[in-house]
Amino acid sequence: MKVTAANLTEKEYLLPGNRTCPGCALALAYRHILKALEGQVIVTVPPSCLTVLHGMYPVTSVAIPCVNTPFASTAASASGLVAGLKALGKRGLTVLAIAGDGGTHDIGLQALSAAAERQTDFIYICYDNEAYMNTGNQRSGSTPLGAISGTTPILGKQQNQKDITAIMEAHNIPYIATANASHPLDLYEKVKKARAIQGTRFIHVFIPCPPGWGFSFKDTIKIGKLATETGWVILYEIENGVFRLTAASQSIAQRGSLKSLREYIQGQGRFKNITEEQIAELQRWVDARWKRCMARAGNSYSE
Amino acid sequence: MNKKIAKKSNIRILDGNQAAALGAKLSRVQVIAAYPITPQSPVTEKLSEFVERGELDAQYIAVESEHSALAVCVSASMVGARTFTATSAHGLAYMHEMLHWAAGARLPLVMACVNRAMGAPWNILNDQQDSISQRDTGWIQIYARNNQEIIDSVIQAYKIAESIYVPVMVCYDGFILSHTEMPVDIPAQEDVDKFLPPYKPHTVLDPANPRNYNLVTLANPRVNSEGVLCHGYMELRYLLQEALQNSKETMIKVGQEFGQLFGRNYANMCWEHRLDDADVVIVAMGSLAMEATVAADMLRKAGHKVGVLGLRVFRPFPKTEVVKVLKNSCLVVVFDKNISYGLEGATCSEIKAALYGSPVRAAIRNFIVGLGGRDIKARELVDAVNRSLLSMKEGDLNKESPEWICDI
Repeated sequence: MKVTAANLTEKEYLLPGNRTCPGCALALAYRHILKALEGQVIVTVPPSCLTVLHGMYPVTSVAIPCVNTPFASTAASASGLVAGLKALGKRGLTVLAIAGDGGTHDIGLQALSAAAERQTDFIYICYDNEAYMNTGNQRSGSTPLGAISGTTPILGKQQNQKDITAIMEAHNIPYIATANASHPLDLYEKVKKARAIQGTRFIHVFIPCPPGWGFSFKDTIKIGKLATETGWVILYEIENGVFRLTAASQSIAQRGSLKSLREYIQGQGRFKNITEEQIAELQRWVDARWKRCMARAGNSYSE
Repeated sequence: MNKKIAKKSNIRILDGNQAAALGAKLSRVQVIAAYPITPQSPVTEKLSEFVERGELDAQYIAVESEHSALAVCVSASMVGARTFTATSAHGLAYMHEMLHWAAGARLPLVMACVNRAMGAPWNILNDQQDSISQRDTGWIQIYARNNQEIIDSVIQAYKIAESIYVPVMVCYDGFILSHTEMPVDIPAQEDVDKFLPPYKPHTVLDPANPRNYNLVTLANPRVNSEGVLCHGYMELRYLLQEALQNSKETMIKVGQEFGQLFGRNYANMCWEHRLDDADVVIVAMGSLAMEATVAADMLRKAGHKVGVLGLRVFRPFPKTEVVKVLKNSCLVVVFDKNISYGLEGATCSEIKAALYGSPVRAAIRNFIVGLGGRDIKARELVDAVNRSLLSMKEGDLNKESPEWICDI
């Protein structure tokens, strides 16, 4: 049965009254992630916006068991949870490591790479708001070219983001997916699918951030959808090496046209100082990646 | 020796690393995470071998760094598994953040620290700068003087840690103990099982009873959803300090129980050598303190009343024991294989602090020795004591700075 907003699990694991900013896409994504796992999960989380969402002792906004872990150690913490559960013979629980882009692309990459290389049996979700938002918006390895941040305050970032999903694919893990908080049911289905797979599973979730990116909090879904429509985000999954476009990206591929990236860029304050050359460079980057994905989506079965 | 020893002795020739690995195995550790570093590497190899041979039913996680090694242990311990790791020097420094985290989370981890010098410049040989640099992380620190103490301390460490939920570091000198073979009486598994009950975690990681551990905690107490006032960050830190302060009682009790079962008594925080009538006391930790016993015997032959105070436990620091042992001394000579730059050797500072407010009015001398594996001979310790005696006779009660036994 296809999952729709109407038949989604009613039980909530993310409780009302959390401490996210208005219009936070993470709250939306996390709600669907936890629903897909039906609460049968132990979460480990490094310092990030999610820590803020989780609340302050002795009150928390989530109804799932959770451990907090230092910044660099998310995937190692997950490895410890997995090993501990295995040593004690406890089965049936998914270990979920969930970290931001700073905690994944930057400080957490070493531990993540090693956990994936060990084929640790866990789901790793990177929720990517493209900068260190919890500390007030400093550039990360995922901040796009031309974006203003606390540490690229005038000129904007001079380099584009790294392709974390490609990095993870190089680890030969059984399941990799990209998702976007603005397409929550696609995210839900991917987490649900990942839950049933053994080994390291990696999901990258795009998280539009109203205060960090400089757009109105009512526009979170709109900006997220624009990201998919322009190809800034491509929704796909790679299951045992087989690449497949999903949801809106699949429809766009079938219809065959991306919107201009400019439409996505112009609605965000963080790009206010971006140059024409930078926009052109980003557009070339998006086009090339889209082309590669289209080719893979068409060819992977025949390879 | 106690006659009620459960099993007859099983003496083998072991190096310190083998003793540490065997101690972990006998403690039935369930999760091991470690990263190789000289001189600790043989511990990781031995434990992997136990696991691969099926002699130890544990998960061995070959992590990519020491930071991850301790992160694995922390989370596995929260699930309820008994964990072990081992490291040295730069590995321990790399763990620094997780050392605080483990103690702050009140997890009863046990680690072997094979003491090695810190760079720069690179040096793989022994001193105690590495573990001394971690003294304020909230871990109990035990320093073994021989390989027997390594295996015995690892086993006791679990019982201590799991009784009071404080992590324990068992330190032993790199190469001097880690790679030196000596006879070790290996406890029988069934006796260790009698001694060490299974680990009971204080955390519950269960979807049926969901809890969120170590989330942001404000300095002040705060009420929970049921209106109950819960501790703030400051209260949690107080409780950790209280646990360390009171841990001495547990350590002595555990040491006594160990003695009753295995015939080797550890009901003390420090050990003594010929202290009864001594007015000159040498203080040191680890294998250096063993060397000091040779020096003390040489000085005795020359007519001086010299004894040795071996510090077995550095944290919690045994203040009252030190005062008691030093009460009749007129000269205390502290040898440190570490330096708190800008002051003096760390153990010397601790001894001085312990004596503050006590009736002991001994002259105190501090010698920095053996850094980076620099050889230190008993006769050099003898010379240092003789020099100290001479300067004391000349009316020099205190020295501004530590003296170094080196070529400058």
